[in-house]
Amino acid sequence: MREFDLGEGGVRPLNAFLHQAESAGQAVAARHPGGRHNVAAGAMYDSAVDIHGHVGYYCAGMNQDAAITIHGNAGPGLAENMMSGSVRVKGNASQYCGATAHGGLLVIEGNAAARCGISMKGVDIVVGGSIGHMSAFMAQSGALVVCGDAGDSLGDSIYEARLYVHGKVSSLGADCIEKELRDEHLAELAGLLEQAGLSHDPASFRRYGSARQLYNFKIDNVGAY
Amino acid sequence: MTNRIDPSWLRESATFSKPVIREIQRAAREGIYDIRGGGAKRTIPTFDDLVFLGASMSRYPLEGYRERCDTSVTLGTRYAKKPMELKIPITIAGMSFGALSAQAKEALGRGASEVGTSTTTGDGGMTPEERGQSKHLVYQYLPSRYGMNPVDLRKADAIEVVVGQGAKPGGGGMLLGQKISDRVAEMRNLPKGIDQRSACRHPDWTGPDDLEIKIEELRELTDWQVPIYVKVGAARPFYDVQLAVKAGADVVVVDGMQGGTAATQDVFIEHVGIPTLAATRMAVDALCDLGKHREVQLIVSGGIRTGADVAKALAMGADAVSIGTAALIAMGDNAPEYEAEYNALGSSAGYYDDWQEGRDPVGISTQDSDLGARLDPVKAGHRVANYLRCLTLELQTLARASGKSDVHNLEPEDMAALTVEAAAMARIPLAGTDWIPGHSKF
Repeated sequence: MREFDLGEGGVRPLNAFLHQAESAGQAVAARHPGGRHNVAAGAMYDSAVDIHGHVGYYCAGMNQDAAITIHGNAGPGLAENMMSGSVRVKGNASQYCGATAHGGLLVIEGNAAARCGISMKGVDIVVGGSIGHMSAFMAQSGALVVCGDAGDSLGDSIYEARLYVHGKVSSLGADCIEKELRDEHLAELAGLLEQAGLSHDPASFRRYGSARQLYNFKIDNVGAY
Repeated sequence: MTNRIDPSWLRESATFSKPVIREIQRAAREGIYDIRGGGAKRTIPTFDDLVFLGASMSRYPLEGYRERCDTSVTLGTRYAKKPMELKIPITIAGMSFGALSAQAKEALGRGASEVGTSTTTGDGGMTPEERGQSKHLVYQYLPSRYGMNPVDLRKADAIEVVVGQGAKPGGGGMLLGQKISDRVAEMRNLPKGIDQRSACRHPDWTGPDDLEIKIEELRELTDWQVPIYVKVGAARPFYDVQLAVKAGADVVVVDGMQGGTAATQDVFIEHVGIPTLAATRMAVDALCDLGKHREVQLIVSGGIRTGADVAKALAMGADAVSIGTAALIAMGDNAPEYEAEYNALGSSAGYYDDWQEGRDPVGISTQDSDLGARLDPVKAGHRVANYLRCLTLELQTLARASGKSDVHNLEPEDMAALTVEAAAMARIPLAGTDWIPGHSKF
């Protein structure tokens, strides 16, 4: 177990360690984050990092392979552009969580604020609570599972990402429609809920995705923009 | 018998000129605005409206081809452990793989490396060809984050956070479906053939306070090794440059309205942003006001074509310039030997700007494999290097004539303005006077 006191040394020693091969397979504890930004930025190996407290912006940004758990709340941009590995927040996450993330699994046990999964590019995101407005805006691929409610304009200008919502959707964004929940979606949803440690009946969710009407610019669609 | 009309009797309207009439007719026919590549075509004040005074009784020149005139520049000295050390103060601007062919991107890298300067990626990420052939490569960090990944980020010699570009400050981009090939689609995580929208603002930060944290994240990711640039379109350069410096930029890139784009609405290109000449003055003012001039380096771009343009930008206080459209032309864009094919596309060599369509006969602004294969990256790269050498020689010629042993010693006092507008924008006295409109009495 490697321990880092962020209250004393800041984030640099922790981040530098997570960029070194010696961090592979290591258990890492980060204490006293005190809302610091850029905690565990760019982890490159399969370390298991536990952050004990609240973090600020861009925690676990561009994560590769590491399993990062935040025992607290997370500020904006959590796990932005994550490539692989996993990030779990025991509390709530602020806006833009999982933005542009390419892979891996992001679990928010509480609620996520606006623009959750914006421009997501392959990541899977599971939110135990509700999400804010404009979530999954321009979402390209991957899956977003919401066990609570979704705010306004869910999936605006969405591409091929798959959205699953258990509760109410305030409104859908441009070119986002409800779609049939088929067997392959039930299987995917069950798998993601299991990985997240959440017990919901997959059949009680509704699926949303792209109508694919805005994929190529047509002047006839100008009213939709 | 046909009535012959004497053309001298016809009077063209200044308001409804032939191009205006043609555009109204086109809009009525097609029902959509005009999209094209390149930068502003309208007549605006430029570096051409300034002249160097040369040496005289009060200062003596340096001997051409004999006395040394240094052109090297180091970018990113503020925080980076490994600043970018270039042999010439002329860099290649960001242009995407997607907008350009892989061969064109490779050629730009080859050309830049041959003369010791940098090239820059673009929307869509870094290609192995480009990285392999670029000794100094700047990795653009764009709102869309297409192709963005930490592995390539760490391969870069500098990172450029793109807030905007001169052709379209406040605008995103659109790569039309015909340019979304299998490879482009894979790099951008999108289905093949769809119109790919590049976002106009970053997905995970808003404003300069957030940018400061974002820059710190990029530094943490790269262990504070490489410089971080911030690129802005010339909108409000004084404030934008100051905010970029406050956010922690090592280098600020200011792109004037002549700066090119792969594809944007003509109305955007022609009517948003300010000229490079005016932006340069305001950017330098911003750095001086903060006491950061030279500590934070300034790169100016947008319509740089000649060594004279480079010299004038440097004399106004820039540390380097960046070229885009001129580099494409050097590679072969609008080459007259393809006149027949340009004609078939409804254009002509010297006029072709439908870069968004992907049918470039030269093989530059295309993803068509047959067209792309027409561009030999080695030869095209060498043409880019030749062109960069010419710019550098011209720059040195003007610097020596002004008595400077380093091109960065050029200064505003070496120049005069030929128009009132240029005098006001550049804050250079009108030739034959000591008058700067708005700053001194005539």
